[in-house]
Amino acid sequence: MARTVIPFGPQHPVLPEPIHLKLVVEDEIVKEAVPALGYVHRGLEMLVAKRDYHQMIQVCERVCGICSMIHAVCYSQTIEEMMGIEVPKRAQVLRVIWSELHRMHSHLLWLGLFADAFGFEALFMQIWKIRERILDINEATAGNRVIVSVNVIGGVRADLNPEQRDWIESELKIIEKELKEIQSTVLNDYTVKARTVGKGILTYEQAWELGAAGPTLRGSGVKSDMRMLKYGGYKLLDFEPVVETAGDSWARAAVRFREVLQSIDLVRQAIAKIPRGDRDLAAKVKGNPEGEAFMRVEQPRGECVYYIKASGKKNLDRMRIRTPTFANVPPLLAMVPNCELADVPVIVLSIDPCISCTER
Amino acid sequence: MFKSLIKNSRAKSPWIMHFDCGSCNGCDIEVLACLTPLYDVERFGVVNVGNPKHADVLLVTGTVNHRNKKVLKNLYDQMPEPKAVIAIGACGATGGVFRDAYNVVGGVDKVIPVDVYVPGCPAKPEAIIDGVVEGLKKFQQKVEQAG
Repeated sequence: MARTVIPFGPQHPVLPEPIHLKLVVEDEIVKEAVPALGYVHRGLEMLVAKRDYHQMIQVCERVCGICSMIHAVCYSQTIEEMMGIEVPKRAQVLRVIWSELHRMHSHLLWLGLFADAFGFEALFMQIWKIRERILDINEATAGNRVIVSVNVIGGVRADLNPEQRDWIESELKIIEKELKEIQSTVLNDYTVKARTVGKGILTYEQAWELGAAGPTLRGSGVKSDMRMLKYGGYKLLDFEPVVETAGDSWARAAVRFREVLQSIDLVRQAIAKIPRGDRDLAAKVKGNPEGEAFMRVEQPRGECVYYIKASGKKNLDRMRIRTPTFANVPPLLAMVPNCELADVPVIVLSIDPCISCTER
Repeated sequence: MFKSLIKNSRAKSPWIMHFDCGSCNGCDIEVLACLTPLYDVERFGVVNVGNPKHADVLLVTGTVNHRNKKVLKNLYDQMPEPKAVIAIGACGATGGVFRDAYNVVGGVDKVIPVDVYVPGCPAKPEAIIDGVVEGLKKFQQKVEQAG
């Protein structure tokens, strides 16, 4: 049959975000996918000219509303490195706690949407029900559900008191129990396996050559996790990257599911590491940043890089953000050819696309 | 009788469509959270649809930029009359934290008429549900005017 072009997006029921793919199909088989980006481009890197470097934290948090905490951590760490600020140990540990809570809620959100993409709505609802507990923790500790806004340059602005810590631990126990209950459904159910196993295969070599990031990379067997750089509070914690070797959509889902359990463990470890006595939350910041700095952190979707250049003024000269979904688009384009048209939503979702990160 | 049945059920069971118009995802995931078990607006008859031709109410999150303003206008034009538009979050109202960025046009009302603005960055699910209820009052008026 002749080639037909089917548009996918920008408004599509499966994705909450606008991405546009032109799918070139022969019969039901997709031969090529051509992405068209730019629907969420706001140009916020250029906002450095209009906002000072303290206000930019709020802008960086809104690069992506799902992993906002980690963007803010990365931005503040870059500025802190440039200015030589020593962040108090308590603040470092607290940043890890909120970062891992964000990772958990991001992965659960994705698992839910993924279940919805292959039509398993009951699982979607179950997972989002569990996720609400994490958002409750965010709201109770920081005052907001999604964008917690706890970072300031030099530390954090909120503390956890002992009652809150006990409550978080008891909530985590419930979350862990509920996750264990649905674990066999997420990983072994016939419906899930039929739609994910063998779909969108990315081999180890492809993942490495195309520069995939995060769970997409680890789902193909590459043991790479920026948290192993032990930045901030992660140097106090003990963990190993989660790796699966199959390289298909199922493996990527399994990596994320196991990472949620890993994050629960990391939050527990971090709570135990909150220093007793030392109540210093943020270091004093004097003057303006000058020079260049570069920082890599691990987002739920993979490696995120911030580069900042400043020349001693209130406003920064340049900020450059490289986000994981941008790195994961070339692997996605390698996965889509020769799949069935009905599998395209599942494969597109399997890289956990965050378009607002990518286009900023 | 058939007409009055349609008139009543239109306002009592609104079908909503959500369009992310350059938002940071914060509001989008809160809109989705409204549909999941803790808030569960489906018990009030609110159904989330993906096709603008089926929708009564359009929920828009995020700022309008130069690329997606045409998409937004197109979606709005495809919805059948009567219809209501709800702009969610600070970005939907004015452009929010991004209003000075070069690619941002501003709030949703720069492109299409808006009935209700929901404040917050991101707006909480409670606020979104409240906004939808307010929007439905206006929607009902429009239904009655249309006869």
